[in-house]
Amino acid sequence: MNLRNKSLLLSFAFSMAVSAPAMANEQVSAEGAQSEVIHLAQVSGANIFNRNLKKEEQRNAPPPEDGIHDTENEGTFVLQAPLEAYQGLPPSEYGNYVDWVKAIDEKKLNPRWDRVNSAEEPFVMDMDIVREVKASVPDVVFPHRQHTEWLACSNCHPAIFIPQKGANQINMSGILLGQQCGVCHGKVSFPITTKSCVKCHSKPKPADWQPPLSESTLKNPWR
Amino acid sequence: MSRTTKHSKWRYILLGIATWLAAFTMPQTAQAEYGDVVINNYADAAGIRPVVFPHWFHRIRFRCKVCHADLGFAFKAGGNKIDMAKIIDGKFCGACHNGEVAWSVENCSMCHSGIPGTPTHFHGSTVQRLIAPAYKPVEAK
Repeated sequence: MNLRNKSLLLSFAFSMAVSAPAMANEQVSAEGAQSEVIHLAQVSGANIFNRNLKKEEQRNAPPPEDGIHDTENEGTFVLQAPLEAYQGLPPSEYGNYVDWVKAIDEKKLNPRWDRVNSAEEPFVMDMDIVREVKASVPDVVFPHRQHTEWLACSNCHPAIFIPQKGANQINMSGILLGQQCGVCHGKVSFPITTKSCVKCHSKPKPADWQPPLSESTLKNPWR
Repeated sequence: MSRTTKHSKWRYILLGIATWLAAFTMPQTAQAEYGDVVINNYADAAGIRPVVFPHWFHRIRFRCKVCHADLGFAFKAGGNKIDMAKIIDGKFCGACHNGEVAWSVENCSMCHSGIPGTPTHFHGSTVQRLIAPAYKPVEAK
């Protein structure tokens, strides 16, 4: 009897804890629709992994409709619409919805490597770096070729990445907060979404791969 | 045990309704192009609209290296402390926007086209979504 009461109480407490924040959310959104400042926009902006949230209705909106250009400014209407410029470029599923690297590979695009001299060619280095990932996701293959098509060595080395094997500690939290790969990825180069994981995490783990054991496990005399 | 299940069923239904309502009534943020940067270091204080810099437009014409290595643009929104004096002096934007490589500084409204009061931010960036508050959309006014 005692046990049953306890489990009842526990389940009630749990369900309250789960539903209470959701209820609060709903109330705020209902108020927010009328008031001037909508605080929930920040929350919805953060949760890009929630598939229940509305998808972007309009991709590549022209400047007057994109929400950051002032429609009272005559220059806004002179600016080119992105879709006009993306004609013929290979599509992708995120970011600008253009595969910029593929566009260069397919010679659909040839941006200048020099400010004035259009004949200057980039110094492309074709070297893949494999980074073994501790977690069970596929290992990362970093391709220098695609990066040196766009960037100079000095953009990344040595300030962001020390050009030495094993010298760079990289993790997804740092990347999501704009460090290392996140200096560009998630801002201008392709974003970090559930669809784009495999672009970096592309090398499957070997068949005999086992997750590494933690130090405390290894030191455990009763293991 | 059966009583427990019966009790929590309604909780879950309520939670489901709340989640769906929240999902469908949530206001959307601006739909600007990925990589657009609003630069408002000095613009608001000077009484002019903030600058909207479109990365997409520039990367069609130039590779990252031209601005970020040759011209010295830092990889940070608002991190270059650009003002019109530097631009007219041929630095940063002024390296190209001088009437030779691209149109010159007379076209104020082409760059200074953002909604007044918009803070410096990287539109659509992961960092912006995770740690910095999104600016309030204009439709809400």
